[in-house]
Amino acid sequence: MNGQFVLLWSDALIWLIAIAALVLGLVSARQPQLAAAWRRVGRSRPGMAAATVLLAFVVVGLADSLHYRPLLAPAAGSSAPVYAVETLSLLDAIAEPLRSRNEKTYSAPLATRAFAKETSEVRDADGSLRQVRDFPRLRFGGAHLGADEDAREADVGARVGKSLALGLAGWAALLVLVTLWLARSEALTVAESSRRIRCGETFFAWNSVLATLGLIVLVAAPLFALCGDYHVFGTDKVGQDVFYQVLKSVRTALVIGLVTTLTTLPLAIFFGLTAGYFRGWVDDLIQYLYTTLNSIPGVLLIAAAVLMMQVLIDTHPEWFATAAERADIRLLALCFILGMTSWTGLCRVLRGETLKLRELEFVQAAQSFGVADLRIIARHILPNVMHIVVIALVMDFSSLVLAEAVLSYVGIGVDPTMISFGTMINNTRLELAREPVVWWSLAAAFTFMFALVLAANLLADAVRDAFDARLAGSS
Amino acid sequence: MIVDEHASGRQPLLSVRGLRTGFATGRTTLTAVAGLDLELAAGECFALLGESGCGKSVAALSLLRLLPPAGRILGGELRFAGRDLLRLPEVEMRALRGRGMAMIFQEPATSLNPVLTVGRQIAEALPELAAGAARERAAELLAAAGIADPWRRLEEYPFQLSGGMKQRVMIAAALAGDPQLLVADEPTTALDVTIQAQILDLLAALQAERGMGILLITHDLGVVARMAQRVGVMYAGELVEEAPRAAFFTAPRHPYTQKLFAALPDTERRGRVLATIPGQVPPLSAMPAGCRFAPRCEFAFARCQDESPQWREVGSGHRVRCHLADGQGRILPAEAAAASSGCAAVALPAEVSPPHGTDGTAATPLLAVGELAVHFPIRQGFLRRAVGAVRAVDGVSLSLRRGRTLALVGESGCGKTTVGKAILQLIAPTGGSVKLDGRELVGMSRGALRPLRRRIQMVFQDPFASLNPRLSVGEIIGEGMQALGVSADGQGGEGARAAIGALLRQVGLDPAAVSRYPHEFSGGQRQRIAIARALAVQPELIVCDEPTSALDVSVQAQILNLLAALQEELGLAYLFITHNFAVVEHLAHEVAVMYLGRIVERGTVEEVLGAPRHPYTQALLAAVPSPRLDAQPVPMRLPGETPSPARPPSGCHFHPRCPLAGDDCRAAYPAAVALSATHQVCCLRCS
Repeated sequence: MNGQFVLLWSDALIWLIAIAALVLGLVSARQPQLAAAWRRVGRSRPGMAAATVLLAFVVVGLADSLHYRPLLAPAAGSSAPVYAVETLSLLDAIAEPLRSRNEKTYSAPLATRAFAKETSEVRDADGSLRQVRDFPRLRFGGAHLGADEDAREADVGARVGKSLALGLAGWAALLVLVTLWLARSEALTVAESSRRIRCGETFFAWNSVLATLGLIVLVAAPLFALCGDYHVFGTDKVGQDVFYQVLKSVRTALVIGLVTTLTTLPLAIFFGLTAGYFRGWVDDLIQYLYTTLNSIPGVLLIAAAVLMMQVLIDTHPEWFATAAERADIRLLALCFILGMTSWTGLCRVLRGETLKLRELEFVQAAQSFGVADLRIIARHILPNVMHIVVIALVMDFSSLVLAEAVLSYVGIGVDPTMISFGTMINNTRLELAREPVVWWSLAAAFTFMFALVLAANLLADAVRDAFDARLAGSS
Repeated sequence: MIVDEHASGRQPLLSVRGLRTGFATGRTTLTAVAGLDLELAAGECFALLGESGCGKSVAALSLLRLLPPAGRILGGELRFAGRDLLRLPEVEMRALRGRGMAMIFQEPATSLNPVLTVGRQIAEALPELAAGAARERAAELLAAAGIADPWRRLEEYPFQLSGGMKQRVMIAAALAGDPQLLVADEPTTALDVTIQAQILDLLAALQAERGMGILLITHDLGVVARMAQRVGVMYAGELVEEAPRAAFFTAPRHPYTQKLFAALPDTERRGRVLATIPGQVPPLSAMPAGCRFAPRCEFAFARCQDESPQWREVGSGHRVRCHLADGQGRILPAEAAAASSGCAAVALPAEVSPPHGTDGTAATPLLAVGELAVHFPIRQGFLRRAVGAVRAVDGVSLSLRRGRTLALVGESGCGKTTVGKAILQLIAPTGGSVKLDGRELVGMSRGALRPLRRRIQMVFQDPFASLNPRLSVGEIIGEGMQALGVSADGQGGEGARAAIGALLRQVGLDPAAVSRYPHEFSGGQRQRIAIARALAVQPELIVCDEPTSALDVSVQAQILNLLAALQEELGLAYLFITHNFAVVEHLAHEVAVMYLGRIVERGTVEEVLGAPRHPYTQALLAAVPSPRLDAQPVPMRLPGETPSPARPPSGCHFHPRCPLAGDDCRAAYPAAVALSATHQVCCLRCS
């Protein structure tokens, strides 16, 4: 994989968030309350199942966040390397067949022939040309079968069977590994440790993690076995593989969900804590600000901002070396705009909590030592509202992913060239009216987005239960 | 008489046999009440006495089958008026609650629904009556609960009522079903002493009038002495002693009960170290196998460790669960216990000469507060203009010398905490002066104030709210040293660590506690940490804002001993803000009594507590229930409640409640009258 490494802005932010999450993990391991709360999350079975699914999505998203420009074959007589204009990611490199094997137009999942009839000329045995109207054979879908198209069912069945056997074997190996590891670390017999995993008596919800992994294997193994030679989810209007589009959409959704919170958090935390702590005119000003912002219709504000951004990008083509960079800036602009309009809710909650905390005696004790106000905020108030921030962060993620889909559908979302769940839905919505229906694009986008958002919501529930002191006390 | 009724074999109203209640946590069940036996006759008041966490509230909730979701009744028998409560279906149990037995709770502020009128809430307990009849009955009940003008109150919402009034409404609602048994769970703990006296009088009157049984749950020996006919002492989920009132107060038999009495601060133990119970109540998950009190008992012997003691009859109706009382001549006489409870005479600085000589009046006092005023503006309308002011503190003058303790006493809402915070400049005073060693603090800039901050520190009331749960003990104590630049001879991290360790030792904690977090400590230990935090910057004056009111009696004694020892060792001055007269008697040298933002009487402890002159001081002292049989105070009850400091009465603030008030009292606020060099009273009737 020779090429020039490209760091897009959103890549930088995504990796920054990943590192921040690691650091947060290390910090909370040192803080007994936080560590205890995370251990409660680890015990929650639905929470850990959701986390496993999310992890699968995150791996895809991270693989799609390492970009490079491939090296082109040097032109004759020049020794300087020449790089393609096209920016590819690690995921693109892995899924090269998916990316490059484009058909002419729609084709159904696992089809060997296109979805629409075409007129083609066939030379008969006698040498005369005859016009035939038929479903044309796909260039790549099932091409390995040759003329023997009827062998498709048997081929698909054999591939699924083989991949499932392989996948389950791998899963069983993992199960054995975890059991042995648990037996070693807790000094148990192997039988006892496997019983504990089965009955859910382990400190970490291993049984739900392993079950979810098994489920993922059941779904993913056949997909991977088939996607090389078939279009498992079919192709779209321009013949692109839908499975590839779904994989690419994951990153867009993650960027929208995570980078937006990165914009939201500093605003919400700073304004919320200062308003609650200082009260008086500071509080009045901040309250006025978010009340005003809240009363402007969100979609209108976003539409206006996105259009302005669009004009700016269009009038300055010289700013961007590649199309990917342009789409990336537009994505970030969308995140920023979404963030600017959605910090008010968290800010309001934090202000209320700070109003309560600042009256507590440990804050007054710090004041009686003459500790500076900003230091009191950072040391005494911020750590005590962190649980609210964590809860809000996880809960906002899913609503932002959905918001992207809606905005792209309305046409004010991401760049049209950028693949996202929203653009996928937008592109196929007109095809829903035709007969027979082109359902696979929509169904694939829907299923994957549903899985992502459901997992995020379940994890958010588990996190809230673990971090909310009142709920934690009652259970 | 009650005991005789038992002897005559009359069926008791309530009989509990071997009640066991637990809480399910995960796969295990923690037993909170382990085998409770008690009997209560109609018309009798049985007091269940115990410290926090001993299972007394859980026991009461079990009686009504109102346990929280995780609670389980594990065994035993509950018979009420001849019916087995544990076998009743929930429908019948619901009919029994309210009719048969009713409950009143500790916190009147949260036991009423804020969005329903008082009338609606009482009528809820009268489902069989029509609306009109229910209203009439509700008004009757309110009148029975001692509420004046009941028809008007029916239309009011809880926020319009004061704390004492809300508790009366709760009592009225509890009376609605004409119950035979009233379970009162700490009914007066959240109330002021004068209001507490009113409520206790009301309960006693209702009990006599209706022949109602009362199961009174309390931690206050004074309330027990005032109300109970029989007393049961609970410890760690078990009843350890049960006695008629007279026997209980004259000859308590269980070492735990004896210790409880010995830990009470009062005048006789002044200047001495109070008896304390070492250690803490064992957690539910790690109960000792034998006698549950054995690990903390100084008389424990081998048998106590492995065998749980059975009930022994030691007198008429008096039984105790202790191996010492098993008839082998090892019964512990009460006097011996008092002598052995370690009242070693450790003189307070008062008993020796004060550090600056007896002519302290000539020397500059460490703290001089003159005409201090704190007014909070009341803002209304769109433009938030100030339309009035809450005069929380309205002209308070105090002075305090080094090594002395000044107690600031008053009921809640009188502004005593505000005085403390205004002295520390945590709240900006509206007027007046606060001089520390002759330097004016009011109006000083934050920067100029910083070096002075290390000389005054504060210890707060609630040890659970005063320590940041996210910081380790070392960080909490080190914060002040860091902020004020106090470090042990500038040695940096190592020196500070050693200094923090020394501080922890000084307040009686293990220096290894440095890296632990507040939630790992009990209330008393947390209060020690808070004291260590204040001591860290080597202050000369500590403002103690009710430092023991959130603690149990035995733990309170530990903290009072610690404060006394620190005063002797370091020559600290304390401004002790409290509502507890026993603590004042024990610890203070001087007393100032506050009412509605002003000091009404001040003087030495002997003068103010021994011969109070202001009618308010007299009434306050009379309202304090004494934990003794002989010393039941002359009934002098204050009518009404403290008025709002936003609209104080004209003239003497106390005149609407004062039995001696005349027209002249309404005219102008009385000037201070000096009765002696130290004793001053603001009352026209005292000159």
